Amino acid sequence: MSDLRDLYQETILDHNKRPRNFKKLENANRSADGYNPLCGDKVKVYLRVEDGRVQDLSFEGSGCAISKASASVMTESLKGKSVEEVESIFKRFRDLVMGKAEEADDLGKLVVFSGVCEFPTRVKCATLAWHALQAALQDTKEAVSTE
Amino acid sequence: MVKALHELKTADYRVDAFDVARIRRDFPILHQRVHGKPLVYLDNAATTQKPQAVIDAVGRYYSTDNANVHRGVHLLSQRATDAYEGARVTVQNFINAAESCEVIYVRGTTEAINLVAQTYGRKSVGAGDEIVITAMDHHSNIVPWQMLCDEKGAKLRVAPINDAGELLLDEYERLLTPKTKLVAIPHVSNALGTVNPVKRLVELAHARGVPVLVDGAQAAPHLKIDVQDLNCDFYAFSSHKVFGPTGFGVLYGKKALLEKMPPYQGGGDMILSVSFEKTVYNALPYKFEAGTPHIAGAVGLAQAIHYLLGVGFDAIMGYEAGLLAYATETIAALPGVKIIGTAKEKAGVISFVMDNAHAHDVGTILDQEGVAIRTGHHCAMPLMKRFGVPATARASLALYNTKEEIDTLAAAILKVREVFG
Repeated sequence: MSDLRDLYQETILDHNKRPRNFKKLENANRSADGYNPLCGDKVKVYLRVEDGRVQDLSFEGSGCAISKASASVMTESLKGKSVEEVESIFKRFRDLVMGKAEEADDLGKLVVFSGVCEFPTRVKCATLAWHALQAALQDTKEAVSTE
Repeated sequence: MVKALHELKTADYRVDAFDVARIRRDFPILHQRVHGKPLVYLDNAATTQKPQAVIDAVGRYYSTDNANVHRGVHLLSQRATDAYEGARVTVQNFINAAESCEVIYVRGTTEAINLVAQTYGRKSVGAGDEIVITAMDHHSNIVPWQMLCDEKGAKLRVAPINDAGELLLDEYERLLTPKTKLVAIPHVSNALGTVNPVKRLVELAHARGVPVLVDGAQAAPHLKIDVQDLNCDFYAFSSHKVFGPTGFGVLYGKKALLEKMPPYQGGGDMILSVSFEKTVYNALPYKFEAGTPHIAGAVGLAQAIHYLLGVGFDAIMGYEAGLLAYATETIAALPGVKIIGTAKEKAGVISFVMDNAHAHDVGTILDQEGVAIRTGHHCAMPLMKRFGVPATARASLALYNTKEEIDTLAAAILKVREVFG
């Protein structure tokens, strides 16, 4: 079970069970939908962006433990970050879950997703909310798909 | 006489009499470890594994007989043509078609359905007409009809199902009206395993002069098929789901209907003569088979059919009914697990959801235990919506699966609960 515990770390199971910022953000000024047609995961990410900073963010949706926990930890990790910082963190997060990251200490709690790279079929689950977030930042009106 | 699945009693089950160990020896792929565990392949509704006989037949064809069919005067071309046309007779006997020219070779069930939509459908369906399908259809028996309806201004009507996943016959009958131009139904549901009363559905449609296409993709590996007894007008199935090669399949059609239909694709082999002014189309079945076909596919499928008939469908159906009953009982008894699709007549499939774990997580954890299942919407998104679930985990059986493998599946499901609580 050691491999499985690498994937389903306690933090991930906790965020799956009790997702943080799991609500509609009433004063959001950006939002976008993400959809993974392979497994039916759906997520909607809400942002309040002011002065080039993500002042607040939240999400709603349904999905597997990896996608739900990833969305939840993402909302915790990005509050207050500038748009540039968000993009840089996303790039490093993507490298982490794809196994390309050389060093991930500065990613904070997001490091719990390092086990995902051993499960290539789950990378899309881990990045779904992030793709929706990026679409919201770019104000894309269309739902983003993992395909 | 083969009994209906639900009539089988434990005494009729052949689980212990059926020599599954011998069958398993015929499938080389089954004897491997994945993630350090013995492979338990329970994704047979997606595709089946191939017996050595099929692998060898395809290899032998390419090693000794390969040439183009219906063309050369040379010996290899003759041997290739004999193998290819011999396979058509094997398929004819397999589904009990009246004539071998009623067996049209295609790429698979999907192409078979599209062929009917693009030829019979485009000719016979007009504005205001209706096509009747069911709530349990696979996308491949929804989308081709939707495309046709969009093009023609026709309407798609969907026969509903009950909570067990059985078609509501009264509702189905009510949908059959003078506007109905075609009925398209699955023989066995890929996501639920429901076996539909096809013969009765055909009778009801025919009483109103409506032809019926049957999607047999999930039926062919499990049930004895007799298209004349079913009296359906079209029957489609895929080679790769009956232990044959991928990229190959069959459309059966009644000769009288096929003759009236326009050709599907244009090209070589489907013509008698071509001039720039006029082309005369070839006779059945070649009218629908443009271009060089998947000859090795036909050879492999024929070998797979010989293999299945060698085991015998009475034996296969008896064994699988017992295995399905055992699997259903075992999985239903696990805490936090709910089976989706509990029809009285079922074949081969157990779809389930878990209280605390999404199907995708279930699939990953089972894979770590060596158990291969399918997770997701199973190309039946409207059906998932009907049951109010985003996805299910689906274990699907074949004649080489064992009770011990079901026990491994059950133990792996308990691991899911260990992780997710």
